[in-house]
Amino acid sequence: MHIKINLFATLRKDRFDTDQREYPAGTTVLDALNDLAISESEAAIIFVNGKHAGPDHVMLDNDTLSIFPPIGGG
Amino acid sequence: MDKVQDFLKAHAEDDIVHRSILDEASRKFNRPPGFIEEAALKANLLPARYQRNRNTLSIEQQLALFKARVAVIGCGGLGGYVIEELARLGVGTIVAVDPDHFEEHNLNRQILCTLETLGQLKAAAATERVQKINPAITVGAIPQALRSDNAALILNSCDVVVDALDSIPVRIELARVCAELAIPLVHGAIAGWFGQIAIQLPGEQTVLDLLERCGDKKGIEKEVGNPAFAPAFVAALQTAEVCKIIVNRNSSMKGRILFIDLLEMHFEEFHFE
Repeated sequence: MHIKINLFATLRKDRFDTDQREYPAGTTVLDALNDLAISESEAAIIFVNGKHAGPDHVMLDNDTLSIFPPIGGG
Repeated sequence: MDKVQDFLKAHAEDDIVHRSILDEASRKFNRPPGFIEEAALKANLLPARYQRNRNTLSIEQQLALFKARVAVIGCGGLGGYVIEELARLGVGTIVAVDPDHFEEHNLNRQILCTLETLGQLKAAAATERVQKINPAITVGAIPQALRSDNAALILNSCDVVVDALDSIPVRIELARVCAELAIPLVHGAIAGWFGQIAIQLPGEQTVLDLLERCGDKKGIEKEVGNPAFAPAFVAALQTAEVCKIIVNRNSSMKGRILFIDLLEMHFEEFHFE
């Protein structure tokens, strides 16, 4: 299935801003993180199709996955 | 208050009262500046300092702001700008919470940090700054870290809380306490070119959900720092949300999170169920 991936802030370093990837049916967010070599702790905030999601979320064809690192500065 | 209001009305130009009249009323009736400013607004008079708020905010809304109590947790990069803007907006009571003193590395972005305030408690510097802008505003300076055992006491009777902290675990604790106490929370965070803002109204746990997987992680600001423009920008968004929550009891940011990328000038919006 076809998944669009958006990375934000420091997650873009040595990777990409946005990319399209093909994954087998039943792929979870965690599977995609492993493919992208992003640890669960780096992927602090996750959205699928603009809605808040967790690592166990099972993605569907043509989903958009957006991944953010933790931001805590004041 | 009737005599004060009669005096202010007699000396107003249309519905504008200038500072010299407010000061004279304060001396004549032996009342503090805050009492006089509130009396003016209650008499449907506008202190001249708020003339440029007009048509954006009504006198009634200006009075709601003056009667509001807003806690700003963290008086550094975000908190300093938020306090500055709340004071100029006309929020009547600001609770400024921060245990730290200003250090040289704060000079790149923290508006309350100057050569004169280096070494000072941040919360005390916030009080001094607000008094220079408007002595009618009450500042409660609390030079303590927010903890689970003092949070409820500090946030007691606040109408809105601003999350301007620099620690993700303390942000989570603050969001938990605000949810428990049913106090609206305006969250903002920065790192390098990036920032985020979200709000959590009573009955919601938006900020808790947002940060749930951040746990005790360090944010990327430890790696990329914080330049001058990021806190100024995100603090302005936070102050706008505080203003709307006070005057409208609502917010257009409900259920949304905004991610800000000042490098690419991209603003991305996401939703919570």
